[in-house]
Amino acid sequence: MTSSTTSAAPSSDILLAPSNVGVLSAPADYSADWPEWFRRGQKTAWETFQAIPQPKRTDEPWRFANLRALDLSDFTLAVPVENEAALIVRSKGFPDVAAKLIFANERLIQREATGLPPGVLLLPLEQAATDHQELFQRNFMSTPVRLGSKKFAALHRARLRTGAFLHVPKGIVIERPIEIWHWVEGEDATIFPHTLIVLEDGASASVIDRFVSANDESSLAIAVNDLTLGSGSKLTYVGVQEWSSKTTAFHLNTTEVAMNGTATALAMNFGGSYIRGESDSHLLGEGSRSVMLSINPADAEREIDQRTFQDHFAPRATSDLLYHNALSDASRTIFAGLIKVEEGAHETDAYQKVRNLILSDEAEANSMPGLEILADNVRCTHGATSGELNEDELFYMLARGIPPNQAAQLIVRGFFGTVLERLENPILEEQLGAILDRKLNLTV
Amino acid sequence: MPVPSLSILDLHASIGDKPILKGLTLEIPKGEVHAIMGKNGSGKSTLAKIMAGHPDYTVTSGDVLLDGESILGMEPDVRARLGLFLAFQYPMEIPGVTIANFIRAALQSRLPEGEDIDAIDYYENLYKKMDLLSMSRSFTSRSVNEGFSGGEKKRCEILQMAMLQPSYAVLDETDSGLDIDALKIVSAGVNSLRGPNIGMLVITHYQRLLDYIVPDKVHVMSEGRIILSGEKDLALKLEAEGYDWVEKEYQAA
Repeated sequence: MTSSTTSAAPSSDILLAPSNVGVLSAPADYSADWPEWFRRGQKTAWETFQAIPQPKRTDEPWRFANLRALDLSDFTLAVPVENEAALIVRSKGFPDVAAKLIFANERLIQREATGLPPGVLLLPLEQAATDHQELFQRNFMSTPVRLGSKKFAALHRARLRTGAFLHVPKGIVIERPIEIWHWVEGEDATIFPHTLIVLEDGASASVIDRFVSANDESSLAIAVNDLTLGSGSKLTYVGVQEWSSKTTAFHLNTTEVAMNGTATALAMNFGGSYIRGESDSHLLGEGSRSVMLSINPADAEREIDQRTFQDHFAPRATSDLLYHNALSDASRTIFAGLIKVEEGAHETDAYQKVRNLILSDEAEANSMPGLEILADNVRCTHGATSGELNEDELFYMLARGIPPNQAAQLIVRGFFGTVLERLENPILEEQLGAILDRKLNLTV
Repeated sequence: MPVPSLSILDLHASIGDKPILKGLTLEIPKGEVHAIMGKNGSGKSTLAKIMAGHPDYTVTSGDVLLDGESILGMEPDVRARLGLFLAFQYPMEIPGVTIANFIRAALQSRLPEGEDIDAIDYYENLYKKMDLLSMSRSFTSRSVNEGFSGGEKKRCEILQMAMLQPSYAVLDETDSGLDIDALKIVSAGVNSLRGPNIGMLVITHYQRLLDYIVPDKVHVMSEGRIILSGEKDLALKLEAEGYDWVEKEYQAA
């Protein structure tokens, strides 16, 4: 770990110089940490980023979105953080993890991986690209971004400097979760968190990505996670997003599940001013399963814009989406989801449910569920509901002495708790539940 | 100093324009168990909701005093913290909120700011009360009333009463939806809570419950008023002869 002896005064020219590099200015050179072929790919990605026009209101994937949030011209590339040790101390996560990585401003500042079974790779991306080129190339951003953010994914590809790479070989089960922290620090700083997970046949793991701001600063995060599941493998992936209230963030996911594999992914969005989430699940193998969950307590003027795709290529696969939004103040949510059953994907089970709990007259929830079926004998349901707090539930709680604001928070907690239950993992449920309690200011 | 009591004084209340209570007077001294019986539609359950402060009802005149203090101007949660408990006829389901967390939040709300419940003591107490009601401990992690049978819901109500230790409890049709075994368990739970520090008002349609929760006094309610009060054997007479004679006598008087 580095310990900086440079003065922390913000007026220092040495500190200011690198942070003045705009995120939209042409990259001068690419990091020597990466192999030559990867750097060529970065250059191509930069050209792609420039070639794709800025999203317009008339673009279907950006319907209802606040396009002003997509003006990234004020953001600059993050420079190394001032005090790594302080952030390491603040990275207090789950009590019992198999491994823990801490990234801050595009650098790996801590790696603890003593609890991993032999054969498991948990490496910074650049090392994986160098030492495991074939594995890396096969899985790194190998699937096109289809839900609208192709331009921003290209920026991510062009600019990222590091990230997490997890490879679990055939049949290996990692019992305890792996926790990965992604810190951003600095006014207008930009980071590109990346988590690439490959589970071979029969492997099993759970991974928690923690997205955090060091200070209450404006920042930009363009995060990508690619999840590749082999036959019969089992992955639980959770993104706990606690960005500052001034952060613009993109969280772009691609999940590919082979025969009888089960992917369970949960996004918990607590922070940010504009959050764009894209989740694209490919049910590639027969009997594969993708559970897509999201917990979104939206407050202040936050906009949480989520686009999802449940794409069934193989027969007898299941996708099950459950998103719960609780909207207070002048917050907005957008949900647009498509279930597509491709030709031959018979006996598909696909479910999509979005529930909006509207807690304020000024809040706005937009839901656009969609369905396209090209196979026979399928069972697909989709629906979006919006409602206010149930007065009878509220009265029941008041009649027990619970004050109205606390009662409302408990009902919201319960509303989200029903999503946590779908993880079917009591330990994660309890630990993530504790984060929920803290965020909702519940004393229970 | 008068005997502490829950007193209802000439209470008039309505829902919208429709009067429901038309001058109801009743006093339940602390330490006693009173029963209200009456036909469907007599206003029994409405009385319970009005005492608890349900927002659908408007009190037009009269008063409800808890140990001499009027509670009508108070919010429902304030009344509850003051010591009034309502066991619901139809307890609400609260998805995702466990019984343990729900009761804990209710107890926490009775503590001064900054003071927290001791988790170990809390669970010890909770398990003890659950054993009394023959409730499996797995109930603590289940969502409040979600997917419960009628008997489980009512047991859960009595569990909450046992944990919150109110000074006055109104039990609204606690026997409805119970088979005889569940009725015995729930009644035993209620009886174990009887004592000098609590007054209870048991609202019921059937005399059956009063075989198990034997009241000190029985009141007959009709069209928003108490039309007859008597000792516990009044319940048996009502069971045998119905309500019509009471109403006739009341009208004659």
